[in-house]
Amino acid sequence: MNKKQRMMLIRIIAAFIMMVALAFLPVSGPLAFVLYLLPYLTVGYDILLKAIKGIIRGQVFDECFLMATATVGAIALALYEGTSDYTEAIAVMLFYQIGELFQSYAVGKSRRSITELMDIRPDYANVERDGTLVKVDPDDIEVGSIIVVQPGEKVPIDGIVVSGSSSLNTSALTGESLPRSVEEGDEVISGSINMTSVLRIRTEKEFGESTVSKILDLVENASSRKSKSEDFISKFARVYTPAVCIGALLLALLPPLLSIALGNDPGWESWVYRALTFLVISCPCALVISIPLSFFAGIGGASREGILVKGSNYLETLSKTRIVVFDKTGTLTKGSFEVEGIHHSTMENEMLVEYAALAESSSSHPISRSLQKAYGKEIDRSRVSGVEEISGNGVIAKVDGRSVACGNDKLMRHIGVEPIPCHSAGTIIHVAIDGSYAGHIVISDIVKDDAADAIRALRKAGVERIVMLTGDREKVARSVASSLGIDEVYSELLPSGKVDKVESLLRDKSGSARLAFVGDGINDAPVLSRSDIGIAMGALGSDAAIEAADVVLMDDDPMKIATAIRISRKCLRIVYQNIVFAIGIKALCLLLGALGLADMWLAIFADVGVMVIAVLNAIRALRI
Amino acid sequence: MKKTYGIEVDCAACANKMEAAARKVDGVKDCVVNFMTQKMAVEFQDGADRSAVMENVRKSCKRVESDCEIFI
Repeated sequence: MNKKQRMMLIRIIAAFIMMVALAFLPVSGPLAFVLYLLPYLTVGYDILLKAIKGIIRGQVFDECFLMATATVGAIALALYEGTSDYTEAIAVMLFYQIGELFQSYAVGKSRRSITELMDIRPDYANVERDGTLVKVDPDDIEVGSIIVVQPGEKVPIDGIVVSGSSSLNTSALTGESLPRSVEEGDEVISGSINMTSVLRIRTEKEFGESTVSKILDLVENASSRKSKSEDFISKFARVYTPAVCIGALLLALLPPLLSIALGNDPGWESWVYRALTFLVISCPCALVISIPLSFFAGIGGASREGILVKGSNYLETLSKTRIVVFDKTGTLTKGSFEVEGIHHSTMENEMLVEYAALAESSSSHPISRSLQKAYGKEIDRSRVSGVEEISGNGVIAKVDGRSVACGNDKLMRHIGVEPIPCHSAGTIIHVAIDGSYAGHIVISDIVKDDAADAIRALRKAGVERIVMLTGDREKVARSVASSLGIDEVYSELLPSGKVDKVESLLRDKSGSARLAFVGDGINDAPVLSRSDIGIAMGALGSDAAIEAADVVLMDDDPMKIATAIRISRKCLRIVYQNIVFAIGIKALCLLLGALGLADMWLAIFADVGVMVIAVLNAIRALRI
Repeated sequence: MKKTYGIEVDCAACANKMEAAARKVDGVKDCVVNFMTQKMAVEFQDGADRSAVMENVRKSCKRVESDCEIFI
């Protein structure tokens, strides 16, 4: 509780004690009025002042104005009727202030718990100067400097470990609770916490370009996008308050005037009282606070799981997701190729891999890297000469003086060798040595361990259609899809083909269903931005993905997609509950008030009680 | 040109009022106030003098909600 809130609490308690004490004092007449004024002003003087200020500035439908009018009206009515019953007015003011206090406390608390969650901003970096460590602003560190990170400190800037080994806690970034161990030569990401021993790191980026800054930027700018529900509520609030006020005015004037016209007793007191009750209910607070609070809590809860949602509008869209389109590589599969088999080899398998790895050694293509990995030894480049790359088809090079051709069947036919077709699913590298066929190597992308579970979880979360797009060959695509239980596959697509495919899926889908595209953030920025909602996975370190996507998964666990959808559904459910509940109760109380069945006590419950319940409900969105 | 400012405002309805008021200020193309994060994101019109515009935004906001503050 801050100072302002504590002050308010004291005022509320003081007013309450005075009110109870006065109830036992046998006072009446003008003395009672003066005495009752004490607790009233104690608890409500600031509201009255703000109401007056509001009137001067022409802000008539200000909530302070409403509360002031309602309570002053109630006191005036008690004076006029001579009942000396001022408790009602004081109670309304008291409960209103309790409500405000609760709201500011609850909001402050959930705001803190969420900002703590995202408390990954490093305040300083340690630099060694003349043998001692100096703390400097991370903004001042140049690329290539050596920084020291001690146990318990946050890594301030992305870089590479030059000495030391330690475990890093990345849970604030990825939601992954297992620590990551790093040693010399490993890349470290800013925002992770060094746990065990001192690390010396050579920075690779400036602070502003580091992962931690990018993420904080994203989270802070998430505030600038509002959902349809939020827009609806702020529009509703703008209309609601004036409408109820006009209703109150009509209620106070029309029925009595009608009675006079009919020659009956006007009954001013009763109708004015009903109108004042209206004013108490007219405050839109419960709605206006609970909706953004729900979204805020939902986004906060998601970021705790390593799912960054760029705005509440995306959370809303995510909850309506019925179609999920995957780009295979890097999302369902690991995106790192491995040698799976060697067939029809005319020499020892190891020899064949060695020749292929050497021939491909100058290429940085994932396939060449997987060959080098399978070879497992240091590549001696001096054994390779005369490398000729035939774009899209393969390589021809001289290895140990022998001519080695490595590539697809087109390359084989190009050099006049008939390749033996392969029945395995995967990328096939045919090898020909000195113009004769030497066998082929099957390389395939490995499906992630939990990919099949992730697909099942998506279906359980209510996704009706799961589509896989890939640039890979039909056979590979089919085998991956069937092993994961995906029934719709489009293969051999170029990047532009993926955009076309997503566009046609967007055209075909039914009205309210939304399409999510999941990519690994590499080369799929156009599709990410074209779909209803773009989800980038494994985005740590990929700036392009963080820019283009609407939802960013910090690690590459496909299960998180279903988690994200579940979180969004829960959040939206809470939002709708609050809208219906708050509007429903208020409408009911307005009706009862107009009929004279609700007094001010009920009205203040309709206002404060509903708000408290709606806020408590909203905070539920924080828990996954 | 878009910029985000920290704000201080006590109630959510007041935050909405600030947003509406700021949108009417000359030189402001769009404005979004987030009550939860206590931030105001202002998109300026091309060629607008930011500090002058923000002074006016602050004045307009104070008029609708005397307790608010914008940290320019």
